[in-house]
Amino acid sequence: MASVIDARQEEIAEEFAMFGDWMEKYEHIISLGKELVPLDDADRVDDNLIKGCQSRVWLAAKKGVQGHVVFHADSDAIITKGLAALMVRVLSDAPAGDIAKADLTFLDEIGLHSHLSPTRSNGLQAMVKQMKLYGLALTAQG
Amino acid sequence: MSQSFPIDAIRAQFPVLNREVHGKPLAYFDSAASAHKPLAVIEAQAKYLAERHSNIHRGVHALAQEATEAYESARDTVRAHLNAASTKEILFVAGTTDGINLVAQTWGRANLNPGDCIMLTRMEHHSNIVPWQMLAEERGVEVLVVELNEDGTLDGDMFEVHLAREPKLVAFTHVSNALGTVNDVKTWTKRAHDVGATVLVDGAQAVPHLAVDVHDLDVDFYTFSGHKTYGPTGIGILYGKEALLDAMPPWRGGGEMIDTVSFEKGTTFNELPYKFEAGTPHISGGIALGASLDWMNEVGLAALTGHEHVLTMHAHDVLADIDGLTFYGTAPCKAGVVSFLVDGVHPYDLGTLLDQLGIAVRTGHHCTEPLMDKLGIPGTVRASFGAYNTVEEVDRLAAGVRRAVSMLR
Repeated sequence: MASVIDARQEEIAEEFAMFGDWMEKYEHIISLGKELVPLDDADRVDDNLIKGCQSRVWLAAKKGVQGHVVFHADSDAIITKGLAALMVRVLSDAPAGDIAKADLTFLDEIGLHSHLSPTRSNGLQAMVKQMKLYGLALTAQG
Repeated sequence: MSQSFPIDAIRAQFPVLNREVHGKPLAYFDSAASAHKPLAVIEAQAKYLAERHSNIHRGVHALAQEATEAYESARDTVRAHLNAASTKEILFVAGTTDGINLVAQTWGRANLNPGDCIMLTRMEHHSNIVPWQMLAEERGVEVLVVELNEDGTLDGDMFEVHLAREPKLVAFTHVSNALGTVNDVKTWTKRAHDVGATVLVDGAQAVPHLAVDVHDLDVDFYTFSGHKTYGPTGIGILYGKEALLDAMPPWRGGGEMIDTVSFEKGTTFNELPYKFEAGTPHISGGIALGASLDWMNEVGLAALTGHEHVLTMHAHDVLADIDGLTFYGTAPCKAGVVSFLVDGVHPYDLGTLLDQLGIAVRTGHHCTEPLMDKLGIPGTVRASFGAYNTVEEVDRLAAGVRRAVSMLR
C-alpha cells in the first residue's frame, strides 16, 4: 500500500505539472511561502534554528496522535519558506516510521532538486535530515 | 562603454560565454569569487601538460629542464607584474589564504609574543582574520579592529588610535570583496611603518583589476590568488621583502625546501624562494598563472580598470532607482563590485530568481561575517565584474532585479 507520504508527493507533482515555465513554478512556491503560517514566537527560537549559510530555517516538531509527528517550519527567505512548506505538507502528520524512511522524490519530479543540494546551503537539506531524525527518534520510542 | 575597449574580441576568448544557463545566455557577475579563463590560459596549461610536463628542479633530462624553465619564467612574469626586485621575493603558494597562513605561521610565530597587538580591519575576508585569530589566541596577542565609515572606507581616526598602540603587524585588504572599497595602501602602509609595524596586504581583489606595484606601495607582504586573475585554482602568490623572508623560519618541510638532510648532522634549508616551497608544486598552475598575467597585460591594465569602472558606475546608475534598493559600499574609489539589498527581499530569493534568468550573482555574507554583523544584515547580493562583462549585461541585471523583486514582494 502506498504511504500517505507518497500520495502527497504525487499530489504535489500533479499540481506542479500544470505550470508552463519556471516563472509560474516559482510564483507558486513564493505564494506557498507567503501563505505558510508563521511560526509562533515560542517556536521561532535558536533551539529550532537550522542555520544555512544563505538562508535560515526554523523547524518545530510535536508529537501528534497515533505515533504521528507534526512539523511547523519557517524561513527568512521566501523561496526557502515555500519549499519548506512543501516538505511540511509531505512529511507532517505522518507516521514516524514513514517519515524516517521517506524517499523524497517530488523535488526531482518538479525540477527543483538543486534546492536540496549542499552547495545551496539554504538549510533545506539539513531540515529534511532533522525531520527524519525526529521520525526515527519517535519510532524508537515506539 | 569605452570605445577603445575591444569587448567583442575579448569575449570571443572565453569559451564559457558560449553556454546557456536555464536556456538563457550566461551573464556572469561572480568574478570576485572566481574569474573565467581565456583561451590563452587554458592553452598554456594544456600545452604544458601535453608536451612539457616533468617534475621541476634537480632533473638532468630535457623535459625536467623545460618544465623548470617554464615554471621559473612564470615566476619572473609575476615578479615583473608586481615590480618586485627579485624572484627570490615571489613565492608560489596555493592561493591568498595559503599565503596569509604562511606569514602567520612563520613570520607570526617568530615575531609575535604575549602582550603584543596586531591590527586588522572590519572589512577583511575571513582568510585575513582567522589565521591571525588562531595565532593570537595561541600566543596571547591582542587583535585590534579598525572600523569603517558609512561609505565603506576605513575610519582614519581609528586607524591612528590603534597605531598609537604600536601594533607589530597591520594586515588589511587592498580591495574589499564585499564592498569594493579600494584602500589607499601606500598611505596606510607608510603610517604603519612609521610606528614600526610590518604590513601584509590581501591583494586577492586588487590584482584582477588594478596595476599593483609592491615597490611603490612599500608593503612587506602582498598576496593574491591565480583563479581571480583569470588563471587556475590552487595557485597563488605571496610576495615578501627579501630580508623578511630570509629571516623567517621555514614552515612546511619536505622536498624542494631543503638543502641537505641528515639524521646525524641535521637538515639545512634551501635558499629563497624555494625555502618555502615544500613538495612538488602546482607546476601547470604556476605556468598558467603566468599566462593569465601576460593575458591581462596584453589587454592592458589601464584599459581593464577603465572598462570595469564604466561597468561599476553603470550598475550604480541603473540599479539606483529600484524602489527600496540600498547599496553597501559607496566609497569614492571602488573596484569591480556592486553590493546591494532590496527592502523586504531576501538575497537568497533574489539570487535564485536571477539564476533562472541566466544571471550569476553571489548572495550571502561573502566570507565577511564580522562586516555583515556590523552592518546588521544577513548578507548582500553582489555583482562583480570582469574583463568580459558588458554594459548590456548590466542592463539585463537591472531588469532581472526588477522582475524578481516584483515576484517576491
